[in-house]
Amino acid sequence: MKVTVKILRYNPEKDKRPRYHTYHVEAEPTDRVLDVLEKIKGYQDGSLSFRRSCAHGICGSDAMRINGMNRLACKTLIKDLHTDKIVIEPLLGLPLIKDLIVDMKPFFENYQRVMPYLVNNEPAPLRERLQSPEERERYDDTTKCILCAACTTSCPSFWSNGQYVGPAAIVNAHRFIFDSRDRAAGERLRILSDQFGVYRCHTIFNCTLACPREIQITKAIGEVKRAIATGSLD
Amino acid sequence: MNIHQYDVVIVGAGGAGLMAALQASKTAVTAVISKLYPTRSHTGTAQGGVGAALGNLEEDHPEWHTYDTVKGSDYLGDQDAIEFMCNEAVPAVYELEHMGLPFSRTPDGRIAQRPFGGHTNNVTGKPVRRSCYAADRTGHMILQTLYQQCIKNNVNFFDEFQVLDLLVVNGVAQGVVAIELATSEIHVFHANAVVFATGGFGRIWKITSNAYSNTGDGVAIALRRGIPLEDMEFFQFHPTGIYKLGILITEGVRGEGGILVNDKGERFMEHYAPRVKDLASRDVVSRAMYLEIREGRGINGKDYLYLDVRPETVNKYAALDGRTFPDGRPYQVSGEELLAKLPDIIDFCRTYLGVDPIEQPMPVQPTAHYAMGGIPTNIYGQVLMDEKNNILPGFYAAGEAACVSVHGANRLGTNSLLDLLVFGKHAGLHAAQYARDTQFQTLPKDAADFARQQLDRLQNCDKGTEKLSDITEEMKVTMMDHVGVFRTEEGMNMALNKIRELKQRYWNLKLDDCGKVFNTDLLNAWEIGNLLDLAEVTAASALARKESRGAHAREDFPKRDDKNWLKHTLAWLKDGEIRLRYKPVVITKYQPKERVY
Repeated sequence: MKVTVKILRYNPEKDKRPRYHTYHVEAEPTDRVLDVLEKIKGYQDGSLSFRRSCAHGICGSDAMRINGMNRLACKTLIKDLHTDKIVIEPLLGLPLIKDLIVDMKPFFENYQRVMPYLVNNEPAPLRERLQSPEERERYDDTTKCILCAACTTSCPSFWSNGQYVGPAAIVNAHRFIFDSRDRAAGERLRILSDQFGVYRCHTIFNCTLACPREIQITKAIGEVKRAIATGSLD
Repeated sequence: MNIHQYDVVIVGAGGAGLMAALQASKTAVTAVISKLYPTRSHTGTAQGGVGAALGNLEEDHPEWHTYDTVKGSDYLGDQDAIEFMCNEAVPAVYELEHMGLPFSRTPDGRIAQRPFGGHTNNVTGKPVRRSCYAADRTGHMILQTLYQQCIKNNVNFFDEFQVLDLLVVNGVAQGVVAIELATSEIHVFHANAVVFATGGFGRIWKITSNAYSNTGDGVAIALRRGIPLEDMEFFQFHPTGIYKLGILITEGVRGEGGILVNDKGERFMEHYAPRVKDLASRDVVSRAMYLEIREGRGINGKDYLYLDVRPETVNKYAALDGRTFPDGRPYQVSGEELLAKLPDIIDFCRTYLGVDPIEQPMPVQPTAHYAMGGIPTNIYGQVLMDEKNNILPGFYAAGEAACVSVHGANRLGTNSLLDLLVFGKHAGLHAAQYARDTQFQTLPKDAADFARQQLDRLQNCDKGTEKLSDITEEMKVTMMDHVGVFRTEEGMNMALNKIRELKQRYWNLKLDDCGKVFNTDLLNAWEIGNLLDLAEVTAASALARKESRGAHAREDFPKRDDKNWLKHTLAWLKDGEIRLRYKPVVITKYQPKERVY
């Protein structure tokens, strides 16, 4: 099938502001949007710039706006868009560098603010620390995060103030807060209860819709809010 | 030009690089340079688990793991290194758990383990549960956990910096040259120790499980700097890639009881590996699949087969095999249990194929997956310069970029994650100690020139005529057809000529992007140059080896020949020509014998 691809392009060395360019590409309905981008780069304009690596939804490189939704280009098939007209734009809320590439530094800085690592200073046993399957299940959903930023850059609260840690950071805090082996839940909850923490979330659910890993993000944020409110992790 | 000085510079931020960084940064001033944000690295796509004889579900021993790995390597692995790795496996997995890795758990709260190809109970010969897993996301969890620990320990990262060259001064490694993607500025990292953990190069082949970024940058740089590459003819084709896409379907699917079937509905692995059947080594299974397809028994006569993990199929064959749970009950699974154990696989199939593996079989074909060969090292990650194992002081390699050699002619599943943990750690430790005890050499003024010349030569090509995408495609198809699962002298000669032609055409490229900000056009071109060099070395090493062993299967020399070929290949690039020499395999406890599964 023939698809029409409109891409918002920007070269800081040449352009004053981003402009749309339209490309016509022959594609299979089962092609990924990433395949279409590769075809344009390979055969029409090698200067088209975007990030990509694993091409099957695990590395998190190629989050972008596709027909208005934040998605991974490698996890979106043409047929699933139900149209032969595709509009591709960079993520919102992060500084634009070039074409579909945005500056990820602010995103990773927010992530680092929530202590995204296990804290447990008790002497480790010779073998593994025990954790029941139920305890492991408690935080399973939030271990799936690939830090693609699709959620955070779909969040109107983040758009309005980039100091908001954003859904991805809260997801990664949740992953440790509810891990039975961790001992720093209190500190993380303190960080997330400040003015740039969880209360900037107004349960809009954009993040949940955007997540390519189908993490129940709004629910996870709700659980963190409840833990702050009740002082309990149960 | 920007000049930085560190004790240790680590290139690559996948599992091996991050593990090295964690260790080195404890005692030495360390920087990590990576062309990707660390969590984008290909380690994250590993699925089925990391091998360690914890014995959480049944009797197991590091000695059994050692023997299985030696046998899996078709006796080409160095047995001292294999024994070291398998002994270190147990503490390495516990260390990861203590760092917070969310392993799946047994009912009594221990790390869960599943069977994997080639891992056996050495007494009964039956599959053993040795692969420590986190659903089918083990690599993702390892990568995330190691990155988290690096943040906790304030490791210095230079994200989105592409390494271009290794600096060697007075016969010792003294750092690297890199380009900052966002600006095209050249940076020199002056360091007393350099660790290459740059991963593999599976993008040489058409059907591949490898990421776009797996272009063997570090391996190609080492080659250009006069370091030989070891055993490059041994490249693993994983049996179960998603048809046409190559996306990996973990061997864990077969570990959980899935089976391969042909067009007649036969479980054909019974004929090729009567004892362990679908859980034979990857080279054995991939060859069986090619033979089935060649005999016309591919699905609908095409070049793929089915991987069937529907609960009714699993339960039927588990009963036929007499498979049991550890407590002796007959093995039975439900769709829900499979979904819990293999969630990502099921998601991939639903997304890319519109197939639900709980209800339909998955179309699969062998996919280029893992480089057994690479930069030769010892167990401390020190890079070896020749067949006498002389080292290049200050230069280290670990992970898929390196060849220790623990995988020999064929790697067992779960041993890649193990390799990067164990040797990443030891490379980091050794590099830090060495760097602290060493004085910096003065860098020459032209340190960045060789790197810059390579880019300038490509960027001047806006007058050229060749398209990068054409050259890439021709390389991938040629290598898939002629230097893939089965090989012949004629085919490999053809491939070698083709690669040499492509290398000529490569210097006549026409690039579209002449800018400095994220010039992915230029950097992709440089990466393809690496793949072309490595494709040539692979084909030349394979052409010379006149036997079949592990992943190197020659139709014109179908037998293993220990008398003439029980030796490692070393390949140098000198004045544009490939020179081959050989070195002996280290054999300690296990004399080579015929390999049957």
